[in-house]
Amino acid sequence: MAVTLNINGRDVALDIPEDTPLLWAVRDELDLKGTKFGCGIGMCGACTVHVNGVAQRSCITPVGSVADASITTIEGLNAEGEHPLQQAWIATQTPQCGYCQSGQIMQAASLLATNANPTDADIDAAMGGNLCRCMAYTRIKKAIKMAASAEALATNVGAEVTHG
Amino acid sequence: MDRRMNKQIHDAPDSAAKQTQGVTRRGFMIGSVGASVAMAMVPAALLGGCAEEVLNTQPFEPTVWYSIDPSGAISVKVTKAEMGQHVGTSLARIVAEELEADWDAISIDYVDTDAKYGAYVTGGSWSVWTSFDQLSRAGAAGRVALIEEGARLLGVEPGKCVAENSQVVCGNQQISYGEIVAKGQLSRTYTDEQLASLPLKPAKDRKLVGVDTLALDVPAKSQGTAIYGIDATYEGMVYAKPLLPPTRYGSVVQAVDDSQAKSFKGYQQALVLDDPSNSVPGWVLVIADSYHAAQRAAKVIEVDWQAGSTTGVQEADIFARADEQISGGEGALVLDDDGVDAAFESAEQVLQARYTTNTALHFQLEPVNAVGLQRDGKWELHTGAQWQSLSMPVYAKALGEPEENIVMRTHLLGGGFGRRLNGDYGVPALLAAKALGKPVKVVLSREDDSRFDSPRSPSVQHLKMALDANNQVLGMQHAAAAGWPTAELASFFLATGTNGEKYDPFSINGADHWYDVGAHQVRAVMNDLAQQTFRPGWLRSVAPGWTNWASESFMDEAAHLGGVDPLAFRQGLLTAQGKNAGSAPNAVGGAKRMSNVLARAAEKAGWGKTLPQGQGMGIACTFGQERAMPTWTACVADVSVDADSGAVTLNKLTIVIDAGSIVHPDGALAQTEGAALWGASLALHEGTEFVDGQVKDTNLGGYRPMRMGDVPELDIEFVASDEQPVGLGEPATTVVGPAIGNAIFAATGARVRHLPIRPDAVKQAISESKMA
Repeated sequence: MAVTLNINGRDVALDIPEDTPLLWAVRDELDLKGTKFGCGIGMCGACTVHVNGVAQRSCITPVGSVADASITTIEGLNAEGEHPLQQAWIATQTPQCGYCQSGQIMQAASLLATNANPTDADIDAAMGGNLCRCMAYTRIKKAIKMAASAEALATNVGAEVTHG
Repeated sequence: MDRRMNKQIHDAPDSAAKQTQGVTRRGFMIGSVGASVAMAMVPAALLGGCAEEVLNTQPFEPTVWYSIDPSGAISVKVTKAEMGQHVGTSLARIVAEELEADWDAISIDYVDTDAKYGAYVTGGSWSVWTSFDQLSRAGAAGRVALIEEGARLLGVEPGKCVAENSQVVCGNQQISYGEIVAKGQLSRTYTDEQLASLPLKPAKDRKLVGVDTLALDVPAKSQGTAIYGIDATYEGMVYAKPLLPPTRYGSVVQAVDDSQAKSFKGYQQALVLDDPSNSVPGWVLVIADSYHAAQRAAKVIEVDWQAGSTTGVQEADIFARADEQISGGEGALVLDDDGVDAAFESAEQVLQARYTTNTALHFQLEPVNAVGLQRDGKWELHTGAQWQSLSMPVYAKALGEPEENIVMRTHLLGGGFGRRLNGDYGVPALLAAKALGKPVKVVLSREDDSRFDSPRSPSVQHLKMALDANNQVLGMQHAAAAGWPTAELASFFLATGTNGEKYDPFSINGADHWYDVGAHQVRAVMNDLAQQTFRPGWLRSVAPGWTNWASESFMDEAAHLGGVDPLAFRQGLLTAQGKNAGSAPNAVGGAKRMSNVLARAAEKAGWGKTLPQGQGMGIACTFGQERAMPTWTACVADVSVDADSGAVTLNKLTIVIDAGSIVHPDGALAQTEGAALWGASLALHEGTEFVDGQVKDTNLGGYRPMRMGDVPELDIEFVASDEQPVGLGEPATTVVGPAIGNAIFAATGARVRHLPIRPDAVKQAISESKMA
């Protein structure tokens, strides 16, 4: 029952049933823990990976269906963890608990790959399937725009605290 | 009150002080531990000893706060769980400020439950509030000692030295903290009194507290490298998925049929748990080589349970029982001013209303999970947890082992929100590890997590106000019935009412507001049917999630009854007289600070301006979690209502908070953004109900927290203040719901009195308001 997958540029053979969700293959067979388990029914987005560059919910993707595809997880998005979105996530201090953020970043990367300068409505539509339980939504949106416009990312904390 | 409640009340195993603060009478010691120097709180009884000996030999104390190694690296020990609030960064900033430390030399060490680190709880928006003074003084004591020892090494007078950026400087000479640790003889003892007399910086001289910084936990969370409980693995570990019984309590396994699963690759066995702690009665664990194999097997394993007594309980039954208890006069009198009856007898008008809230789930995105194992003779539990000190005795009871033989290692939490104050999900991992003799990782599916949640209890509240002919308030009564988390899990925290009855402060906080309402009576009722059906939880903010919904909606109703502007009506009652005058250090200024944030929020939002048909603004306030720690919070909600469908669109939330000194401003803003949207989500999007003894909605098909497209414009401001810092994780959560309800009234003339606010209810309220 061996399944061959190409994950983050590497071919791996796994002895697991073909209907095993890609999520568990990635997390528990390949020990890539950045992809998270949230709802198990494809509705929270914490498990989002790229399949041939397109965001997909790994918790409802059987490994047998992606045997010929190129799969990218958060670990493979950028070798140094310095994808413009990741830099923007830090500059805007977006993560709170952080559990959903791998999925948010993978979803946003998929958006920016096809729409380099998304509007607010584009972002709402593309990100609507990704739940952030801490509700860091305003910062997620801000970070996506920051990455899209390649603004200076280095030092700005992003706080807009006013003292009245 | 039934016997079960009495048992809980009298069975108080521990003191509240021990659970939150550790020992109360202490001093401070500085001394060498290995090559480093440790700074630690110690019990007063040990202060006579040699600092180094005490620090190296006492197993249960001292409570280590931070240590400095010879390279100058400073490790701040954090006994708080990181769950999104960047707590380590905030607490380390407080130490570093008074220590005059180089911020770049600071690292955070989230410690385990070894007794030397003291009590371990993360909740109640308490972390900064309870730690600020202690950590400031710990930093100051270290600074004084380093200056003295640095001066000695430099051969100069300590009085001529200053500390800055991890250096002791005297004129053109300087020595680094690392060098002092390497070469010096740091051994100091401070009594409580000496500690209290240490000079702390005036607020204007602060360089780190109140200044923004990049939180230390954020990079790993942006790169997929942060390790949560669900990511923990151990050699030889097996996976487990539970099969949950039909009721939270009282179900007994009669038979398990796993014949269909036996041929599944990776399936090992079905394990029926025997739990002396009664945390997980009736549980069966499906054990397998992998989690997916356990999930696969779980689908075909059949368990025959003898169900507990609550299989027929519906949400409506819980509401009905609450009404019956309130009307029957049950409960504890939390406030019972003289003259309540007289006020109502002499009233020209009596306003009364009933408010209700449905069950709400935590739905933290990481389903609860834990790894249990035994290593070197000790039991270990690896998980994300909020109240380790509360859970340790439960684990001890489950395992039949003394607490000293158990240690908890806390990983990052994929959301806490109060769910992980209750550590019940750790029990099955330990029981299975004991039964199987190997490490076991238990992971709940999303549906398991929802069914096993400690949800926010459904609530029913009856409010009455007595007014004279001029609409002056003479008296007020507020009775609230709900399930009480504290009665179930932490009975040492129960308080005693004026009638001698015990009550859960966390289930009534908020009703004891800062308005002058004449004779005030507040009654807290434990809903016994709720208590039997599920394990009530401390969901973010706890009681104010319902008490503030009622009291702030009611204040609006009272204002409109007299034709008074809701802002002016509130301010007229926020006089800061008598018991509402406030006191140092936590509530300096009292109710005047609430009046101030209301005025500022109204000003920012453009309160009073003309809005289009179907649009309205509502105002509300909250003092946050408890009167002892008021976080003065005001909100104006701007909504549009579609009168045909009843659909509510939340346009904007304007929030102004006076939380005293703000330690980490951007972190404070992030917490408030999240809390405000939580409030909006609980008001408009979330909510479920008990059906046949279980929550109805167990996944995102039915339970629908706010998504990005629902997010309103947010305008959040903190009042500049040097006062005592108070809590920020929760307060905005509970101010938003009533502000939305009041805005719906402003837009339509229709009053909603139930959370969550569904379009059908708005539509019905509109049609009723037209008939009235």
